[in-house]
Amino acid sequence: MKVPIALTVNGRRREDAVEPRLLLVHYLRDVLGLTGTKIGCDTSQCGACTILLDGLSVKSCTLLAVQADGAELTTIEGLQRNGRLHPVQEAFWELHALQCGYCTPGMILQAVQLLKERPNPTEAEIRHGLEGNLCRCTGYHNIVRAVQRAAAAGR
Amino acid sequence: MKYVGAPLKRKEDPRLITGQGAYVDDITLPGTLFCALLRSPHGHARLTGIRTEQASRHPGVVAVLTGRDIAGKMGTMPCGWNLPGLKKPPHPVLAVDRVRLVGDRVAAVIAEDRYIARDALDLIEVDYEPLPAVVDAEKAFAPGAPQVHEEAPENTAFVWGFPGHGVEEAFAKADRVVRLRLVNHRVIPTAMEPRGVLAQFKPAAGELTVWSSTQVPHLVRALLGMVLGFPEHKLRVIAPEVGGAFGSKLYLYPEEVLVAHLAMLLHRPVKWIEERRENYQVTTHGRDRVDYIEVAVKEDGTILGLKCKCIGNLGAYLSTFAPAIPSVFFGIMLSGAYRIPAIACEVRGVFTNTGMVDAYRGAGRPEACYVLERTVDRIAMELGLDPAEVRRRNYIPAEAYPYTSATGVTYDSANHRPALEKALRLVGYEALRKEQAELRKNGRLLGIGLSSYVEVCGVGPSKGLAAAGGGGGGWEMGTVRVHASGKVTVLTGCSPHGQGNETSYAQIVADGLAVSPEDVEVLHGDTHIVPFGTGTFGSRSAAVGGTAVHLSVEKVREKARAIAAHLLGAPPEKVAWDGSRFVVQGEPGRAKTLQEVAGAAHLATPLPPEIEPGLEATTVFDPSNFTWPFGTHVAVVEVDPETGKVQFERYVAVDDCGNVINPLLVDGQVHGGIAQGIGQALYEAAVYDEHGQLLTGSLMDYTVPKADDLPSFETDRTVTPSPVNPLGVKGVGEAGTIAATPAVVNAVLDALSPLGIRELDMPLTTEKIWRAIQAAKAGGKGAQEGRR
Repeated sequence: MKVPIALTVNGRRREDAVEPRLLLVHYLRDVLGLTGTKIGCDTSQCGACTILLDGLSVKSCTLLAVQADGAELTTIEGLQRNGRLHPVQEAFWELHALQCGYCTPGMILQAVQLLKERPNPTEAEIRHGLEGNLCRCTGYHNIVRAVQRAAAAGR
Repeated sequence: MKYVGAPLKRKEDPRLITGQGAYVDDITLPGTLFCALLRSPHGHARLTGIRTEQASRHPGVVAVLTGRDIAGKMGTMPCGWNLPGLKKPPHPVLAVDRVRLVGDRVAAVIAEDRYIARDALDLIEVDYEPLPAVVDAEKAFAPGAPQVHEEAPENTAFVWGFPGHGVEEAFAKADRVVRLRLVNHRVIPTAMEPRGVLAQFKPAAGELTVWSSTQVPHLVRALLGMVLGFPEHKLRVIAPEVGGAFGSKLYLYPEEVLVAHLAMLLHRPVKWIEERRENYQVTTHGRDRVDYIEVAVKEDGTILGLKCKCIGNLGAYLSTFAPAIPSVFFGIMLSGAYRIPAIACEVRGVFTNTGMVDAYRGAGRPEACYVLERTVDRIAMELGLDPAEVRRRNYIPAEAYPYTSATGVTYDSANHRPALEKALRLVGYEALRKEQAELRKNGRLLGIGLSSYVEVCGVGPSKGLAAAGGGGGGWEMGTVRVHASGKVTVLTGCSPHGQGNETSYAQIVADGLAVSPEDVEVLHGDTHIVPFGTGTFGSRSAAVGGTAVHLSVEKVREKARAIAAHLLGAPPEKVAWDGSRFVVQGEPGRAKTLQEVAGAAHLATPLPPEIEPGLEATTVFDPSNFTWPFGTHVAVVEVDPETGKVQFERYVAVDDCGNVINPLLVDGQVHGGIAQGIGQALYEAAVYDEHGQLLTGSLMDYTVPKADDLPSFETDRTVTPSPVNPLGVKGVGEAGTIAATPAVVNAVLDALSPLGIRELDMPLTTEKIWRAIQAAKAGGKGAQEGRR
């Protein structure tokens, strides 16, 4: 039995009928083809699937697609404005804050959320704010720098 | 030189920061089926029955396969490394009558989508007769231990080593013999992208294409062709974007064989994507060994000789390079940065009912470095010397290079002392020691830990690998193709998965051909595009792959010079490359750019008759030796005496990886390496119970360091070029991991030393340290009681 949902993803209205058990992350990836959102664990620890939902960062592997009914979603594909990189994307590139790139979409969206809540975070606040997103390549060093850079750019 | 040495932003990043990087699971072919695997819940059991009928009838299920269905239709999993007397028990793709680890593959369901495949797994009934399991390497070869394989008595796969020369004499001359037992526990690589395989078979053409999250597409092609009996030239392996590996994607895995087989059987594309739970159970683990060390020293701290007796846990089956890691790549590194005249080593590799162990970032070198750096600190402690001074007294002097160690390998170049002094200066060592003494008076526990490492990189000379049991194949291929427009395509057999080779190779080419890095495209990871290759591992991308590219640049330039001379109407010997153009000597006005030459080369007019059209060169570079990076790291920590929590004050790394192509990338590699080294020292441990159940089977229980578990790192360098390759580069992928683990453990033990705590096994969790502190306070027996 499929259930109808209607939501806005990256500014575009979507209407679908989905199985009630379909995870939001699978809806985004397999139904909408938005594969920028990654899956790195089965237990909501890694944060690779982080997206923005109604202005909050959420792990899209922890939500069902039906729970996003009526919501407004931003995935990594929707972060650019008029073809221009978001300051957080820019800073990640500038400061080599990614290597394999797998955690990067989720990490960037979490950083966007963090800066929205705290436009001028301390290093400790940045590290705490990124706790839900694992990176195995960078040791977080350059990620922290990139968030600081993006914060400075936003001032 | 314009680009080599510059912190160029990565060419890879625009696609990765916008979500356009396509990893295996991001690739979907029309009609793709999804494969899910039923895995053993037991560490060791007899398989006495499997009933699949109900699963087969489930709507949406296309096929269900068991070990009996595929037995005889393919070979067993290969091991690519030989040691004398090595036992290689069969490793079937799907288990037939016995399972040997939790996660062992019992049956495969292939269905229309991943949800249905998972549903159907629950409908398979399996009869298991549990058997006693063995998980502890030291118990595995004891009399009466459960046998993992009949073919390997005492669960022993090999005993490897070297007796050394003059070892007993060294010990006879010693003022003191220092003894340690060190446990280098099991860790899980945890690449953020789990493994995945997608396979497509085109029956009429007889072509099989396999997308796999691998570091070594060409090796997978060779081994997969062998196991399936499939012709290698019709087999295409593609490593698309790969989300990290750290050694764990360096092998042929049963899922690659199975999924390729299923695509051929069902004539539809088949995809399998590993769940993290599976990744933790069956993708290779790292380390897991116990080392018994005896070191002969003089009263001044000079090391005269070293004996090391070791037990390495290999897991339930032999992974592709498993035999080499605890033996060869550990044993040859036992001299480290030190002049140790006599070294003996014996390593026993044992099977247990646990996940396979193979290369994990550093692969044998971190284990050897841990042995040496912990030992040097113990020597300093027992003799009442400063640990930095004991290192100084034992370093191989700069003038001894190239240096042949007592383990039989020849280091290319190094100068250990300046790296140490630089690290000490950066951290303010003397002031820190004074501060430490002051803080101790108030009961505060500041600790300073050093670690001087030597790494073996640039893997490697084919001859050297063959001599060690690896069969050879240490070369790398690099093609440089200049298009008619002057744009450049590079093909490399290295298969990066985060290292940034698209950028660093573009820098090499940009300087060599006076083009912009923007105009250089580096292709990799597809066996139909890159004809041959070895892959990305062992910090070899710059030293071997980069050199192949560099040599091809030179060949292209040489051919272009001849064409330029023809175009300029000058004798070739009068035409030279001035760094940006081909110029007639003495006539700076008469010159051709590479772009002009490329146009002529492709139009084949005007072209001298003896020159073939086109402008392309390929080099297969097989180095004469490995490269040997080195350096010193310093960790400064404070341990909270009330809670046992370790707080980082500083982390300083001085690395020498030879010439640097891109400092941004080098620092990034060091940062990530340190993070993994700290992870093992303080947080991470794979834990099995006595039945072989993996207790740390998910990210809920296995502690991958988070952003606030780690400090910022201070990195610096010394530069000692390698004479092994014309770029003078050495490699830096693993240095951080090798150095960090002992630096941090030494720091924590230094912090705890006023309490009389001499030894703790990793990971040094808050709880373990707290218990050790409590035990020390209670009766001064902290070392023993706090160990476990």
